[in-house]
Amino acid sequence: MKALAARRHDRRAPVVLLLLALLLTGALYAVLSPTSAGAAPAAATADEVETGEKLFQANCATCHGPDATGTDVVPSLVGVGAAAVDFQVGTGRMPMQMNGPQAPAKPVQFDEDQIAALAAYVASLGPGPSVPTAEQVDPALGDPANGMALFRTNCSMCHNAVGAGGALSQGKWAPNLWETTPTHIYEAMTTGPQSMPVFNDVTLTPDEKRDIIAFLDLQGEPTPGGLDLGSLGPVSEGLWAWVVGMGLLIGAAVWIGARSS
Amino acid sequence: MSTTHGHGGHDDHVTGDTAGTDIVLREGEDAPGRFPNPGFGPHRPRRSDVDPAADKRAERQVVALFAVSVLGTVGFIVAYFAFPLDDSPETLRRSNLFLGLGLAFALLGIGLAAVHWAKSLMNDHEKAEDRHAQRSSDETRAAAVEVLEEGVKDSAIGRRGVLKGALVSSLALFPLTIVLPLIGEVGEDWNVSKLKHTMWARNKKLTIDPTGRPIKAADVTIGSVVHVIPEGLDETDAPLDEKAKAVVLLVRLDPRDIKSEQGEGWSYDGIVAFSKICTHVGCPVALYEQQTHHLLCPCHQSTFDVADSAKVVFGPAKRPLPQLPITVDDEGYLVAQSDFHEPVGPSFWERLR
Repeated sequence: MKALAARRHDRRAPVVLLLLALLLTGALYAVLSPTSAGAAPAAATADEVETGEKLFQANCATCHGPDATGTDVVPSLVGVGAAAVDFQVGTGRMPMQMNGPQAPAKPVQFDEDQIAALAAYVASLGPGPSVPTAEQVDPALGDPANGMALFRTNCSMCHNAVGAGGALSQGKWAPNLWETTPTHIYEAMTTGPQSMPVFNDVTLTPDEKRDIIAFLDLQGEPTPGGLDLGSLGPVSEGLWAWVVGMGLLIGAAVWIGARSS
Repeated sequence: MSTTHGHGGHDDHVTGDTAGTDIVLREGEDAPGRFPNPGFGPHRPRRSDVDPAADKRAERQVVALFAVSVLGTVGFIVAYFAFPLDDSPETLRRSNLFLGLGLAFALLGIGLAAVHWAKSLMNDHEKAEDRHAQRSSDETRAAAVEVLEEGVKDSAIGRRGVLKGALVSSLALFPLTIVLPLIGEVGEDWNVSKLKHTMWARNKKLTIDPTGRPIKAADVTIGSVVHVIPEGLDETDAPLDEKAKAVVLLVRLDPRDIKSEQGEGWSYDGIVAFSKICTHVGCPVALYEQQTHHLLCPCHQSTFDVADSAKVVFGPAKRPLPQLPITVDDEGYLVAQSDFHEPVGPSFWERLR
């Protein structure tokens, strides 16, 4: 006891006690308040939602309506989820610049925080697909061979066998996918933007989506054969062969047959 | 047999004023049996013929073209060593590009130089070469007939009737060895009824292509597209043949958007299933536009309206895509009610409708 009492008078004792008390408080907080710990990010989200709503009213409500329920010609945003916002706004497709068959990708108008706020607001209107995690879209974790089989069945008819894009009806088109970020590819599959149909997590499981991303990650590389003419297949190759190739041959034949001046 | 004409010399056949005139036929006139030879036009000397400076210039041009060829060859050799290959496509591409350019200039230089040389420096006098008569001389013809007659006489084919019959039979029968496989292997399979049925049947589950997972109706969200194959496709004798007929595109629409379907109760809660084989020439129709509900064929742009019994709204197809009647089983999986009610794909002779 005497030793303990002597220690109690040690000058370092208050510091040690303080540290112990802090540790105890932290441990107790972690054990006893999991719900309140979960509530902390939600509080941050509430701020985000508020910011997002302001951004929405200023930039989107003209078309989508003040309550985001849309009209006959403008889609309702209730239930489209954060993924749809992150894709549409993150690729610059929204806000739409002008009416047309399709909203094209263009320079992005908002920064990342603003997009996240808008996404949080729209997600708060109704449950929908959320933005995928970095691991879900990491091409290195996917199987490109399986991705190719899935891409061939589900995507290649519109987006071309190597993802170079292609034409649809009446001025619409399926865009090239070589420069699209893995996250946006994933979000497009889960949300089905514009003309594109939805490939939900049952049609294509998250792993299968990552396989497709891994396959697309390998496309668009320089081809050893040289000029690939946009990888568009018979259209551009035929144009080249018939116009440039045959034109040169005809020109050479005319030159050989013509008299020298 | 060739005649050289110096400066615009005319052939002997050309007579007076008919030379070079167009023949105009009027009523009561006959076309001439033989058109007169218009002969050569007047000879026009080239610049290199009259101007020694132009001649020298043309010569220098030819030399320059040969020099391009030499440079191309040198460039090829340099590129061969300057751009070694490793495993990356970039190095292969660079190497191919410069080897190809070297090769192109090497050969193009020789070719252009040769043609330019011939056109501008060699003589340009027109030459006519008469055709040889096709008929052989009388002696040659008589000798040939004589040889044939001698052979016939020697074989005594006129007297030996059995021999003649054997010869004719063998010659007449031999072509069968060529004709029989040709006809026998046409189409391989004459069972046309195969075209009228697919492997879809009552309670056959719809599964996802290519993984073969069955599909729960609840999992198909609105706007979803699923590429569907019948359950058990891989266990069939010829999976690709069966798949070619049985592939189906499954789409879920908002039930309010469905204007019509091909049979009462063929869809399930907005989920419709149509054959993926175009009724025009059989391409897989799979470009689905979610907003317009249009289904587009990549081959000839036939467009079908999925919301309206897959009616043709554009393009060369004549019939809607056949609809697969579907429902759900006890566990909630999508199953077929029956096979298609009409043959899938393009028309064929025995189709009857």
